[in-house]
Amino acid sequence: MSDATTTKATGGLLGWVDARFPLTKMWNEHIAEYYAPKNFNFWYYFGSLALIVLVNQLLTGIWLTMNYNPSAEGAFASVEYIMRDVEWGWLIRYMHSTGASAFFVVVYLHMFRALMYGSYQKPRELIWIFGMMIYLLLMAEAFMGYLLPWGQMSFWGAQVIISLFGAIPGVGEQLALWIRGDYNISGVTLNRFFALHVVALPLALVGLVVFHILALHEVGSNNPDGVDIKKNKDSSGKPKDGIPFHPYYTVKDTFGLGVFLIFFAAVVFFAPEMGGLFLEPPNFEPANPLQTPEHIAPVWYFTAFYSILRAVPDKFGGVVLMGLAIFMLFLLPWIDRGKVRSIRYRGLGHKVALGLFAAAFVFLSYLGLKAPSDIIVGFTVTLWAQIWTVVYFGFFVFLYVYTAFGFERTKPVPERVTD
Amino acid sequence: MSQVGANNSRRRFLTGAVSVVGGAGAVAVAVPFLAYWNPSATTRAAGAPVEVDTSTLEPGQRVDTSWRGQPVWVIRRSEAAIDNLSELDAQLRDPNSDVESQQPAYARNVHRSIDPELLVVVPICTHLGCIPSFMPQPGSLSADWLGGFFCPCHGSRFDMAGRVYSGVPAPTNLPIPPYRMAGDGLIVIGEDEEAA
Repeated sequence: MSDATTTKATGGLLGWVDARFPLTKMWNEHIAEYYAPKNFNFWYYFGSLALIVLVNQLLTGIWLTMNYNPSAEGAFASVEYIMRDVEWGWLIRYMHSTGASAFFVVVYLHMFRALMYGSYQKPRELIWIFGMMIYLLLMAEAFMGYLLPWGQMSFWGAQVIISLFGAIPGVGEQLALWIRGDYNISGVTLNRFFALHVVALPLALVGLVVFHILALHEVGSNNPDGVDIKKNKDSSGKPKDGIPFHPYYTVKDTFGLGVFLIFFAAVVFFAPEMGGLFLEPPNFEPANPLQTPEHIAPVWYFTAFYSILRAVPDKFGGVVLMGLAIFMLFLLPWIDRGKVRSIRYRGLGHKVALGLFAAAFVFLSYLGLKAPSDIIVGFTVTLWAQIWTVVYFGFFVFLYVYTAFGFERTKPVPERVTD
Repeated sequence: MSQVGANNSRRRFLTGAVSVVGGAGAVAVAVPFLAYWNPSATTRAAGAPVEVDTSTLEPGQRVDTSWRGQPVWVIRRSEAAIDNLSELDAQLRDPNSDVESQQPAYARNVHRSIDPELLVVVPICTHLGCIPSFMPQPGSLSADWLGGFFCPCHGSRFDMAGRVYSGVPAPTNLPIPPYRMAGDGLIVIGEDEEAA
C-alpha cells in the first residue's frame, strides 16, 4: 500500500497531523508522486481547467445565492438587483453565466481528447463512465440553472424540456406534472429547481469528480501515444516515461490556466452575452406563461441534441433518439473493439470517422440555433439536421463494424512514448 | 466471517430478515420524499374554476383567461368556420378526437365543444408546449388554409376545433379543459358538465 508513497516520519505539526490523518500520504499519492506520462500535449489542459471552472461555479454560485430570490414574483427582479445594486454583483453573475458556457467548452474539448487518444478504452472504461455521468449531471445542472433568472427563455426553454418527459407513453403527463409540481411551470417549479441546482446536483457533481480522479489515479493517465507507461519501470519502480504530477504538470497547468483566464476575462468583461449565445435576448424579459417568444432555442451547448430531437417528425421518437445520442457515448468503450488507442496509430477509416463525428456535432449544434424552416444552401434546417444525425449515429455503427470484424489496419505502436 | 462455533444458518436468517425489513422501510420512506414533489394543496386550490362571460363575444373573437396557470382561450366560431370543420377529416391525424386524454367526453364531437359555436381550448402546442398563433382568417397562413392555430416553434398546425393536421410534429389535438355552460353565455372552466 505505502511502498511507493513513502510516508516519512516527520516531526512538527505535519508529523502530528500525519499520525492522525493521511495528509502527506494523500499529497504524495495524488500529486507529488503521481507519475503521469511525460508527453502530455495541449489537449491535456482541459481536465484541470474543468476542475477550476467547477470551483469558479461553486464559489460564484454561493455568492449569487446570497441575493437571489427563488420565487416567481422576485426572481427576475433579484437578478437585476444583483446586476445593478449589489457591489460587484454584475461581475459575480457574469463569472457564473460565462463559467457555465466555459464549463461546456472545456468539457467538450476534454471529451474530444478522450476520443482521439482512446482514453475510454480498457482499462479506463470506468473513468469514462464517471465522466459521462458528470457530463449528464452538468446538463441537468445547466438546464435547472437557466430557469432561475425567470426570463422568457428560462420559462419557455424549461417548458420545452419538461414537455419532453410528457412524450413518454402512459406515464408521461403524470411525470411532467410531478416534475413541475404544478399544472404549468410556476414558482413551485422554480423553487425546487433552485434547491436541486444549488445543493443536490453540486454535491453529486463533486462526488463524481472525486470518483473520476480516483479511477484515473488507480489505472494511470493515458497519453497521446496511447502507450502504457507502467510497462517500462526503472529499478525504483517508477515509470521511465512518467514524471511526477507536481511540480511538472502543476506548473504546466498553471500556465494553461493563465491563458484560459485571458480568454475567460475577455468574455466576462467584453462579451458576457456572446451575441445572444451565452445569455439569450428574450431572457431580458420576465417570464410570461401566456406568450411564447418568437423563436425558442436552447443555449448553444444543448443545440446539437436539440437538432437531433427536431430531426425526427415524431415527438416520442425524437425524444428517444436524443436520449440515444447521449447513451451511445456511455457504450463507447464496448463499441470500439480496437486494441490500439491513439489516433496516431489507428486506421485511416477511424480518423475520417472521428473527423466526421466531430463535424456532425458542430453542424448539429449550429442547426439547433436556427428555425427548422430556415433554408441553408438549398435545404431546410430539418433536412440538414437529418443528414448530420445519420452521420452522428453512423460513427458508432461504423466504429463497431470497423473494429470488430478486423477491417482496421493499424500502425505499429511504439514501446515508449514519443517526444 | 466464518468463526468456529458460529451458527451460520441463524446469521443468514438475521441478515435476510434485516435486509427485507430494512428494504421495505427504505421503500416506505421513499414515498413521502417522492410525493413531496406533487402539486401541493395550495397549488391544487389555485386551480379553482374560472368564469368567462361570452355573451358579448362576436363571431371570430377570442377571450383569453387562465386556469391552473395555463392559458385558456374561448373563441366564438363563425358559421363558415363550423361548416369547414367536417371537410377536413382526411387531412387530420385524429379527426374524431379518439385520444381520450385530450378532451372531456362531452367535447368529443366534430366541433370539440358543448356549444358548436364556442371553442374552449388550452392553446399549448402538444409538441413541445409553445403557444400557437390564432389565425382564424382562411388563407392567412397559406392559400388553402381554412383558419385555425399555427405553432411558430416547429410548424404544427391545428384547425378551428384544435384538431392537429397530419404531417406536423405535434402528436395530438390541442387539449380541451373541463368546462360547463352556466347559462346567459357564462362558461365555467374547471368544472365538468355532470358535476354542475
